[in-house]
Amino acid sequence: MNTRYALIRGQRPSSSAQAALQRKPRWHEMAIQGFLFFCGALSILTTAGIVLILGRESWLFFRSPEVSLREFLGTTKWQPSIGQFGIWPLVNATMMTTFFALLVALPLGLCTAIYLSEYASERVRSSLKPVLELLAGIPTVVYGYFALTFVTPLLRGILGRDVVEIYNTASAGIVIGILILPLITSMAEDALNAVPRSLREASYALGATRLETAATIVLPAATSGVAAAIILAISRAVGETMIVAIAAGAGPAFTFNPFKAAETMTGHIVRISGGDLSYDSMDYNSLFAIGLVLFLITFALNIVSRWFVQRFREVYE
Amino acid sequence: MNTLSAPSAPTVRYLPEGDSFRSHMAARHKKGTLWLTIFQAATLVSILALTALLYNIINQSFGWVAVRNQVEPEALAIEGTPLEELSKEQLITILEAYISKGVMRRLESEKPFSVRSREDVYQLVEERVINPEILRSWPLADSLLRRSAIHQEVVETFPGARLQFRAWINPQFLRAPQSANPAKAGVRTAMLGSLWIVGLTILVAFPVGVGAAIYLEEYAADNPLNRLIQTNINNLAGVPSIIYGMLGLAIFVRGLEPVTSGAIFGLSDPTTANGRTVISASLTLALLILPLIIINAQEAIRAVPRSLREASYAVGATHWQTIWHHVLPSALPGILTGTIFAMSRAMGETAPLVVVGASTFIAHDPTGPFSKFTSLPIQIYQWTARPQDLFRNLAAAAIIVLLVLLLAFNAVAIILRNRYRSKRREG
Amino acid sequence: MTAIHVLTATARLAPVQALAAARCESDCALEARQLSVYYGAFRAVKDVSLKIQRQKITALIGPSGCGKSTFLRALNRMNDLIPGSRTEGEVIFEGCNIYAPGVDPVEVRRRIGMVFQKPNPFPKSVYDNIAWAARINGFRGNMDDLVEQSLRQAALWDEVKDKLRQSALALSGGQQQRLCIARAIAIRPEIILMDEPASALDPIATLKIEDLMHELVKNYTIIIVTHNMQQAARVSDYTAFLMMDEDRAGYLVEYGPTDEVFTNPKDRRTEEYITGRFG
Repeated sequence: MNTRYALIRGQRPSSSAQAALQRKPRWHEMAIQGFLFFCGALSILTTAGIVLILGRESWLFFRSPEVSLREFLGTTKWQPSIGQFGIWPLVNATMMTTFFALLVALPLGLCTAIYLSEYASERVRSSLKPVLELLAGIPTVVYGYFALTFVTPLLRGILGRDVVEIYNTASAGIVIGILILPLITSMAEDALNAVPRSLREASYALGATRLETAATIVLPAATSGVAAAIILAISRAVGETMIVAIAAGAGPAFTFNPFKAAETMTGHIVRISGGDLSYDSMDYNSLFAIGLVLFLITFALNIVSRWFVQRFREVYE
Repeated sequence: MNTLSAPSAPTVRYLPEGDSFRSHMAARHKKGTLWLTIFQAATLVSILALTALLYNIINQSFGWVAVRNQVEPEALAIEGTPLEELSKEQLITILEAYISKGVMRRLESEKPFSVRSREDVYQLVEERVINPEILRSWPLADSLLRRSAIHQEVVETFPGARLQFRAWINPQFLRAPQSANPAKAGVRTAMLGSLWIVGLTILVAFPVGVGAAIYLEEYAADNPLNRLIQTNINNLAGVPSIIYGMLGLAIFVRGLEPVTSGAIFGLSDPTTANGRTVISASLTLALLILPLIIINAQEAIRAVPRSLREASYAVGATHWQTIWHHVLPSALPGILTGTIFAMSRAMGETAPLVVVGASTFIAHDPTGPFSKFTSLPIQIYQWTARPQDLFRNLAAAAIIVLLVLLLAFNAVAIILRNRYRSKRREG
Repeated sequence: MTAIHVLTATARLAPVQALAAARCESDCALEARQLSVYYGAFRAVKDVSLKIQRQKITALIGPSGCGKSTFLRALNRMNDLIPGSRTEGEVIFEGCNIYAPGVDPVEVRRRIGMVFQKPNPFPKSVYDNIAWAARINGFRGNMDDLVEQSLRQAALWDEVKDKLRQSALALSGGQQQRLCIARAIAIRPEIILMDEPASALDPIATLKIEDLMHELVKNYTIIIVTHNMQQAARVSDYTAFLMMDEDRAGYLVEYGPTDEVFTNPKDRRTEEYITGRFG
């Protein structure tokens, strides 16, 4: 408050009007602006930090005589204790959990989004949407607990204990699906809702049913928004850690059997770094190489998702 | 389609009419109803899946337990006076009778018996003499539905054990520190750890986040650098949290070890010298939630009407004065809501903290930024990862604590926002 | 009945009421009987009764907010889609009340088409905008022929024949509106409702739409809502004048052949409105 009045007093043209109107440097404002710029630029530093750290440690990893990029990307065995570093078991497990997650979340999420946006009454929608947002806020470790203590026993009960192992990618994947369900539903519903009413009216006026309007007019018109939601959800599923750390298993295994234990990229990082880890060891560096792969995958997915969002906005906003 | 018979009156009548129209219509409606059923079923399944999540937690945190006492309380009654009514001195004689001299001496040196209260001594008798051990637990649903079968089972497999209904979440659970004995373990250390971490995280992330948002909305010219900052923030919001954990491990734990272990402040002690401290965890989480705070604050600032800014400029205020006195107060409710949302996120994060190096077992409360730490989600993770069922019950109880804390955060956010709003309207 | 009363007042039918009713069966495409529309507790349209003549253009005029559009939307049950809306009274189409239980609103809309105030082509190609409507309604003929025929009838063919596969959103506003008309007539409705179809267009595009209406009326019954009295006078054969009462509910003041309504209004309020002495 004081500064404001002081400044106004100071600006009163007491000596000469010419001098008063001239631009004066306001040092403390410049300092503030400098600080604010630093805050903004910190995000660049963060990204630079991520890229540098992941890059540097990965570089150390690949430079060592025990491993080559070719072995890293071309072999299917990850056993650091005997010097085998083929990333495929980890990537494969990540792809399996992501696949199961999408198997659950895509149909359920899209159908729920269509129901909420095209069929449900205002009352149902306004009571279900906050519930979805609340669920999106539940920590992932809780979902991990759910996977291990509910879904896995359920799967074992249905398919038999000798078929389904205690730790398995299917159960982790299904629960990741439940985790990303609110994300897909909420984003897809927003996209469907953003389709102008006039298009729906045009469709109804031509004698279309509700389904025909929803499926052949509204959904296609919202394609890029829905696609953005799906891709963002994939990115979340790939980067999801706690669910797989708890339920998918501890130990890299190259298997396509979803009922067997396997370790994903994120699961491996968490398990190894949670134990006793000495810096500058192959184990330590290998984690960063995995991290780099993970970062590149999710980064690419996020960029594609943003591109879809942009395209959607161009059409309707 | 270039040649066509005279296009005049609507002569083409390929559209179904009459009965064929009716049957066509019926088929379309049937399809519509079928899909509506599918959509409704999907919504129902979604809701059910999420209900199952909550059901499972409740189910695991209450239920029967089979308890066996080393010494039955009835056996400790002195001359017909039940244990609960014995005096402090009588309780001390029981202690002396049942536990070794060495342990007695240790207890005495911890706190002399002369100054201990009766309740304190009573608790010692309970812990050291009666020493109840939980042999097995049953979830709530089983406890309610299979009562007699459970009784039968206890009689057969755990002779001498008693069935007791246990709420795994109870006052003792909140007060007790971590313990290897499921009957005694609690979440106090973890809860305090979480509060320390989240508190410090917000202390760092809030000013920086709001500062960045102000810069981007109020100062940043539309040039490549600022566009890069904006895009970059949006991209950072999508980076998996575990990557932040690795960043924190490399920079805060390893790179800045002298700072984060407190060594340069002369605060280090041998247990924390490795930089795996509360402050490392907080800085890591601060980087993680910065994009969230920035994006939310930007939206709040953007929602402030232009007319308010122009009114301020028109009375000769500078740019910063306009922001500080008009834009920020108007945007504050939105900024706060976004911040608390980000805080909840920090509260629930697990993976980055595991990577940064949460301790697996600490029984001492964290006392400051340079303490070793554990947090609620970490505690949940560790209990869940243990093979014994009893720890699953503990994990479920800890989940309830975590969810209640998160709910409380959000409730505070909403109350704060509403109060602030009505105040501004009155003023 | 008010409807008959109004129609006899037009002096177009025989003075005997019974005969009037009988003739109406053949000439009358649509009849509203005591139609009221509510949005929640608010009554937007109050007890409107009128008979729409077959293959004529009927204009609904009146001050803004008087419920013209609401009334129009009630004629093909578009109001059903607005949450909280409710209709009382009857709309008789081909001898049956479209609000009777068991009547399928989808079928009603297929046979009573609609063109909206703002052009609303689907974000599809020009071709698909028309083909889609026909396809969902079970069209089995040659789609290319139907598209061309519809576009020709909408006087749009020459302008778009080379860009059938382009997005309809790339057309000009006037072209988009004519595309919407082409789309509506592709499914051969009996009646076309037009809700201020030219209000968002420039004068030249407006003129094209009006010419088009004169062509279309040879085959279709058209009901148009307009806020532009000159337009009503130019294009319509019959005019209904609506006003709102003190509760803002719209009601019918006068209905008759356009010439009469504009040159010799029976009601003082109509005269005031037409001569511009009113709101």
